[in-house]
Amino acid sequence: MCRLALKTANDPFSPYEVLEAMEAMQEGYDGSGLGLLLRGMEFEDFIYNPRFPILSGIAENKKSWKRLDRFMEERGYELKYDHKFSMQRHHMSGKDRFRYFIRAYRMPDNFSGAPQEEREAEMLSTRLALRKDGEENGGDLSVFSFWPDVAMIKEVGWPLQVGNMLSLHDGQIKSRVCMAQGRQNTNYGINLYACHPFFIQGISTMTNGENTAFVPIRDWLLGRSFPGYMGYQSDSEVFTHILHYTLKQMKLPLEAYKHVITPLSLTELDKHPQGEFLKGLRNVCRRLIIDGPNAVIGTLPDETCLLVMDHKKLRPATVGGREGVWAIASEMCGVDAMIPDRNPAFDFQPMREHTVIIPPDRKELNIWSQFDQFPLSLAA
Amino acid sequence: MVPIRSIPIEPGSLSYPDLPWVIQHREDRCTLCGQCTSVCPKECLYLAYRRQRMPNLEVLSKKRGSEYRTFVGIRQRTDMKRSCIGCGMCAMVCPNEAITPVPNTVENRTLFFNNQKGEAYKRGGRRNTTGPTLLDRIMFDRISMLTDPALDAGRHEFTVSTTIGRILSPEEYLKRKVNGGWIPPTREVFPFIIGSMSFGALSPNMWLGLLQGVAYCNEVLDIPVVMCTGEGGCPPWVLRSPYLKYIILQIASGYFGWDEIIRAIPDMQCYPAAIEIKYGQGAKPGDGGLLMWYKVSKLIARLRGVPEGVDLPSPPVHQTLYSIEESVMKMIQTLSMAFNHKVPVYPKISASTSAKSVLNNLVRNPYAGGLLIDGIDGGTGAAYSVSMDATGHPVASNVRECYLDLAAQGMQNEVPIYAAGGVGKNGNVAQNGMALVMLGASAVHIGKYIMQSTAGCLGNEQNRCNVCNVGICPKGITSQNPKLYRRLDPDSVAERVAETYMAIRTEVKKIMAPLGRSQSLPIGMSDAIGINDKDAAERLQIKYVC
Repeated sequence: MCRLALKTANDPFSPYEVLEAMEAMQEGYDGSGLGLLLRGMEFEDFIYNPRFPILSGIAENKKSWKRLDRFMEERGYELKYDHKFSMQRHHMSGKDRFRYFIRAYRMPDNFSGAPQEEREAEMLSTRLALRKDGEENGGDLSVFSFWPDVAMIKEVGWPLQVGNMLSLHDGQIKSRVCMAQGRQNTNYGINLYACHPFFIQGISTMTNGENTAFVPIRDWLLGRSFPGYMGYQSDSEVFTHILHYTLKQMKLPLEAYKHVITPLSLTELDKHPQGEFLKGLRNVCRRLIIDGPNAVIGTLPDETCLLVMDHKKLRPATVGGREGVWAIASEMCGVDAMIPDRNPAFDFQPMREHTVIIPPDRKELNIWSQFDQFPLSLAA
Repeated sequence: MVPIRSIPIEPGSLSYPDLPWVIQHREDRCTLCGQCTSVCPKECLYLAYRRQRMPNLEVLSKKRGSEYRTFVGIRQRTDMKRSCIGCGMCAMVCPNEAITPVPNTVENRTLFFNNQKGEAYKRGGRRNTTGPTLLDRIMFDRISMLTDPALDAGRHEFTVSTTIGRILSPEEYLKRKVNGGWIPPTREVFPFIIGSMSFGALSPNMWLGLLQGVAYCNEVLDIPVVMCTGEGGCPPWVLRSPYLKYIILQIASGYFGWDEIIRAIPDMQCYPAAIEIKYGQGAKPGDGGLLMWYKVSKLIARLRGVPEGVDLPSPPVHQTLYSIEESVMKMIQTLSMAFNHKVPVYPKISASTSAKSVLNNLVRNPYAGGLLIDGIDGGTGAAYSVSMDATGHPVASNVRECYLDLAAQGMQNEVPIYAAGGVGKNGNVAQNGMALVMLGASAVHIGKYIMQSTAGCLGNEQNRCNVCNVGICPKGITSQNPKLYRRLDPDSVAERVAETYMAIRTEVKKIMAPLGRSQSLPIGMSDAIGINDKDAAERLQIKYVC
């Protein structure tokens, strides 16, 4: 079973802290992959403007590295910062990678005054074009995210080993939100794109467990013909895309996510204040119903963090912390490792109806229940 | 050789070993009570007086010769009209286990003579193909062994219902919610629907029993079963009762019973579950309904608005329509409008290589609430034998290709596909149904299985019984003769309906639990199934397993 850890804090911290939490939960994964997502970036040697999109990925050789450069330049992006990891290659277990990159760009001039949606579409299509380019060239280029204020690292191997290899403990990179997943390879091959967290247009989630309803959900998402709904090297990628679909396509609030993936039963909806609307929503989103067993942990562009469970709560997950710093982990010892100085009596383990939301101000947890009135005006 | 002019042999004369069923009668057990002869629907049994030779074998005497005695036994007739159909009612009523029909495995020469008086062979029932069907061979092989705690079919909560009716895309739904647009009606039902069997094809007692059972499933067992009327309307009291919500009203090319239905609309306490427009039937594609005169009783005549005792063949096509496109435009919309756009309306077609075109037509019609595809293995109350045996298309690949076509357009949640035709024909109803669901069907319709399971229909795949068309159903299921249908107790049928559905529900859970599915019916979960036949696997785009 995969292990998950997320930490969010007002003061930027090193991703290594989260990797140490992964170490605390280490019996749960098999080293088939580590994924890291950092949001709210701070670089030791660069004053970062959070409007600049950051491109994260791996170039396997010089050729692909050059191709990447050329591509971005031709598309009109101006390189503002190119982060260099101080590589400890002796920690590398798999194949030698030419370059792990985290590079900040300035958007092409013609996007300077463009509406947000257009900018977002451009960043998505740039990422996808680069990904396609890598795939067409024997997988020599992997791109995980291209978005302002977000960096991603994915690698096959044990979390701490990967962290040591990239010297993540050196304080060069810090972030206000960091999520990590140690992957237990379930049914799909070991592939960098199969490492959680998954990312699309600023929205990212990671999951433990297995998604048994994967194929029908994937088929439905593919039918949307939305360019970013692709990949699916992992059955968990659909959770990210469903969240994206809920927020960006249906334009519903975050609280609706739970009603989409694990809707209440018809008898429960009969008593719900917005039962009629939610019954309709359940109908139209029927193909997005998940079965789990999963805990889904995610972050949104505004640094909101969330945690939801499957309908039967068949996976563990705990959230704990204090004002200004919160941690979510698949195991309680993970929370302990990330925030030892908290009052564990206030830890919370969500049940099947809950959505735990840590708002960007990080003052307190919001625990939203599906049985509560839906905050959307149109539902009324 | 003796000239045998005196022996009456004609070209069509048969002897009992030529018949499909041979009666085995044991004189030593028979008490001559006469129950078998009186119950036989074909009057094929008769009391026969035979002479038996009793040879004298006195060793020490020179006296030779035999003595004779007369005995009384049961024999079968050999003329086509009264040949045994193997229903086995004789065995069922015999108090002494003295009689039973056995299938003749040597030769069935009636095949050459069932065209008496120039009439092509007609029968009710099924296609009569034995052995496991393709659906029987599908295995649910994606067992969650790695990370899942297995679900518990007995204790966990399962949602196994499905939808009838058009579903909007999520974006369109939200738009209409905001702007107050029309949200197409849907019904949440159990995915095993009692398929269309008309009031006319079925006896009043059978119909009543089914309806009672369906109501019990809904109101007591919380299994939202619905049943379809078939062509021929619905009893007026049902139309005006709260039970109408469990009924799918069918309209077919004969429009029988729709006078009554339209007149009842103002008095309806609730809307029907759905309207099914029948364009074709899997068992006899290209044919309309066929209610033979034997079954057009006074009640049926009144309900259908026709004189008593006449054949009621529905035309093969809807006479007012030119094409399916036109029908999509007119009929679906008209019927939707007749019920204030609050009842889902969907067409039923025979499985066919042209099903995809029909489907694509429906996709563009916002009033179309789904498509029912009826495969060649479906049953019927009456059809020409040749239609039943040789015309049609199996349901599995047809449903699959339609589903994949919808999925390619991203419409698989919007236009549900229902499958029928041979579901449970070997008894594996839940397995067959769930296999179709995973191939892409949103629900299945079951007819023959329901008749067999709830009323003890005697038909099987060896041409047993199959006399639904002539109104002599020995169980009283498909007869309008009160003497016959009084044999069927509606309460017992209702009880069996409840038992059947309780068992199906459990089996569905037992199939879903190991797959790790419980929150929604696994429609289109094709990764969960495999078959040990490479060609079939390739055609259905599922795994080949061996």
